[in-house]
Amino acid sequence: MSLTTFSLKKSIWVYHLSAGSCNNCDIEILDCLTPRFDLERFGICLVGSVHHADVILATGIVNRKCLPRVKRIYEQMPKPKLVVAVGTCACSGGIFARGYNMAGPFDKIIPVSAYIPGCPPKPEAIIDGVVKLIQSLNGKLTRNKTNERIR
Amino acid sequence: MNKKDIVVQIKEDLKDKIIFWEERSSKRHYFMINKDDIVFVARYLFEKRRARFITASGIDTPRGIEILYHFSFDKEGGEIVTVKVLVSKQECKIESLTPFITGATFIEREIQELLGVKFLNHPDPRPLLTSEDWPEDKFPLRIDYRDADFTNKVDEEK
Amino acid sequence: MSQNRKTIIPIGPYHPLQEEPEFFELSVEGEKVSDIDIHIGYNHRAIEQIAQRMTWDQLIFLVERICGICSTSHPIANCNAQEDLAGVEIPERAKYIRSIVGELERIHSHLLWAGLAGHFIGYDTLWMWIWKYREPVLEIFEKITGNRNHYAMMKPGGVRRDIKEEDIPYLKKVLDEAERKIDMITKAVLDDPVLAARLKGVGVLTKEDAIKYCTTGPVARASGVAIDVRRDDPYAAYGLVEWNVITQEEGDVFAKTVVRLLECFESIKIIRQCLEKLKKVKGEIAVKIKEMPPGEGKGRHEAPRGETFHYVRSDGSNNPVRVKVRAPTYVNLPTCKATVPGESIADAAIILASIDPCYCCTDRMMRVVNKKSGKIELDGSKLIKLSQEKTGRLRREFGI
Repeated sequence: MSLTTFSLKKSIWVYHLSAGSCNNCDIEILDCLTPRFDLERFGICLVGSVHHADVILATGIVNRKCLPRVKRIYEQMPKPKLVVAVGTCACSGGIFARGYNMAGPFDKIIPVSAYIPGCPPKPEAIIDGVVKLIQSLNGKLTRNKTNERIR
Repeated sequence: MNKKDIVVQIKEDLKDKIIFWEERSSKRHYFMINKDDIVFVARYLFEKRRARFITASGIDTPRGIEILYHFSFDKEGGEIVTVKVLVSKQECKIESLTPFITGATFIEREIQELLGVKFLNHPDPRPLLTSEDWPEDKFPLRIDYRDADFTNKVDEEK
Repeated sequence: MSQNRKTIIPIGPYHPLQEEPEFFELSVEGEKVSDIDIHIGYNHRAIEQIAQRMTWDQLIFLVERICGICSTSHPIANCNAQEDLAGVEIPERAKYIRSIVGELERIHSHLLWAGLAGHFIGYDTLWMWIWKYREPVLEIFEKITGNRNHYAMMKPGGVRRDIKEEDIPYLKKVLDEAERKIDMITKAVLDDPVLAARLKGVGVLTKEDAIKYCTTGPVARASGVAIDVRRDDPYAAYGLVEWNVITQEEGDVFAKTVVRLLECFESIKIIRQCLEKLKKVKGEIAVKIKEMPPGEGKGRHEAPRGETFHYVRSDGSNNPVRVKVRAPTYVNLPTCKATVPGESIADAAIILASIDPCYCCTDRMMRVVNKKSGKIELDGSKLIKLSQEKTGRLRREFGI
C-alpha cells in the first residue's frame, strides 16, 4: 500500500459535483454532514474546490450545458481520481434519460468508481457506499489507472 | 371588485379585440385575440386591471404556434385569465412584453429558443437554457423535432 | 466580461427547480457591485418534452422530480391542473392529507433555507442546529409516505396513501417538539444584533419592483405584496382551516427571513387543524378519473418559494399534448438585477441566497470579475468566506 493510499483511506475529502440533478441527492449529501449522520467523524470532509478533493460525489444527469464543465473538473482533479455517482440519475439517467438535453450518464463521460442508486439514496446508503469505497480502495486504484483517459 | 365583475369588465373593455371567449370553470378563462393586439391587451390587463403576469407558454399546433399568456387576479378571487395568440410558422414573430413587464424576460427568451418564435424589441434576446453548441435552427419543443437530428451527432463525435 | 466565460467557471451553477440553475456574473467597481448577469440552463433536463411522452399517471412522477425540495408542490399543482381539466372534485379526506404533506414540506424547506442562510453569513452553528431539528420532519415523511424526499403522495383525483389513525399522536408529538425548537431559533435570530446588522436594509426589493418583476411567495410578501395562492385561490384544505398570511413591508433580507420563519408557525397551525379533522372525516381518499377529456387545465400551488403554476392540454388521448411548468424561482430570480447592484460584494452572497435558490450550488457558481482587467478575483467559496469575515468583524465590534 502506497503512502497516498494509506493517508487517503484515513481522510477522504469529497467534492460535490451537481450536473443537472433535481437537488435531492445534493440535500442528502449535505444531510450526511450535519449532526444526525455526521460523516465527518470518519474523516470525510466536504471541500469547496476540486483541487483539494480525493473523491467527486457526482449527482445529476449531466446535461449538454454542463458537459464541458464536468470534463474540465475531472481534468483538474489531482490523482488518484475517484468518482462516486450518487442517485439514479447519475447512475443511468433515470426518468430523464430520453430528453434532448441529456449528455450523460456520468460513466459515459468520466470513469466512475462506485454507484449509489436510489431516488434519492438515503444518507445511510451514501455512508454505506463511501465505506465500501474505502474498503475497496486498493483494488479500485489499480484498476482505475487503465481507464484514466476521459472518454 | 368581485370576481364576476372583473370578467364582465374585461369582456366589455376588450369586446372589439376578443375573437372568442371560453370559460372552462368560474375561475379559469381563456380568450383568443389577434397577435397584433397583444401589447394593447397585455398593457390593459397588467397596468389598468393590475393583474399579475404568471407566465407564457408556447404550443406547437398544426395551425401554427399558439402562445398563451396567463394572468392572475389575486385580489379579486383567484381567477386565471389566459390570452391566446396564434402565430404562423411562416412569419414567426410577435411583439415582446418585456419593455413593460420585466417579469416576462426569461420566458420570452425561453420560447424563442425552444419554439423559434422571435420576440420583437426584446432588450436581451440571448438564448437562455440550451448549451452553447446548440444549433440555432433546431427547436426541441416543435412537433417535427426528432432527437436524432442533433443528439446522435454529438454522441458520435464523442 | 462575458468573453471570459469559458475559461473561468468549471462547473455550471444549479438550482433545484425545473430549469433554474444559476450562474451569476457580477461586475464590480471596488467593493461595490455595479451589474449582475444571470445565466441559467445548467439544470435543464428537457422535462417539458419528456412530459409529452408520459401518460397522465406517470406525469406526476416526472414533475415530482423537477425539484427535490419542492417535491410535493409540483405534483399538487399538476394534480390541480389535471382535476381542472377533468372537472373532478377530490374527496374531503384527500384534501386534508394534501394540505398536511404540503405544509410539512414548507416547514422542512424553510428550515433548510434558514440553515443555509446561516452558513452563508458565517453562522455555522445555526446551520448545524437547524438541520438537526429538520431531521424529525423528514422522519414524519418517512413514516407517513415511505420516503424522506420524493413522497409520491399525490395522484390525479386524490392521494395515494392514507394517514393512519395510529400515526396521528406521533405526528403531533414531533410537531410540538419542532414548534418549540423553531420558536427558540426564531427568537435567537430576531434578537441577534449581528444578524440585524448584516441583514437589515440589505438587498431591498421595493414594492414597485416586486410587482414589476411579477414575484411570488415569500419574496413578494416580504416586500408588502400580500399574495398567497392558498388564500387567493383556495384548493386542497386551505379554505377549510384558519391561518394567516405573513407579510412584511421592508423588502430586505431580514424581512424575508422573518416571513419564512413565521410561516413555519402558520404551517404547524394548519397541520394541527387538519389532523383534528382527519379524525372525524372518513371515507375515500381518491376518486377515479376514467378519461381525460380534450381541453385545457390550469393548476397552482403555493410552494415554499412561491406560486408553482402548471398548465396541461389534452387531446383526449393517453398522453398530454403539452405540459407547461412555471416554478417560483423563475420569476423570483430576475429580482437580483434590482437588489444586488449597489451592494458590497460581501453582501451579494446572502442577497442572492435570500430568494431561496439552491444553496449548495450558490457557493460554487459565483465569481467576481474585475471590470478593468476581466480577471477572476474571487470564486464562490471565497465570496462566502468574505461574507463570513464580515460577520466576524461585526461580532467583534458588538463585543459578542
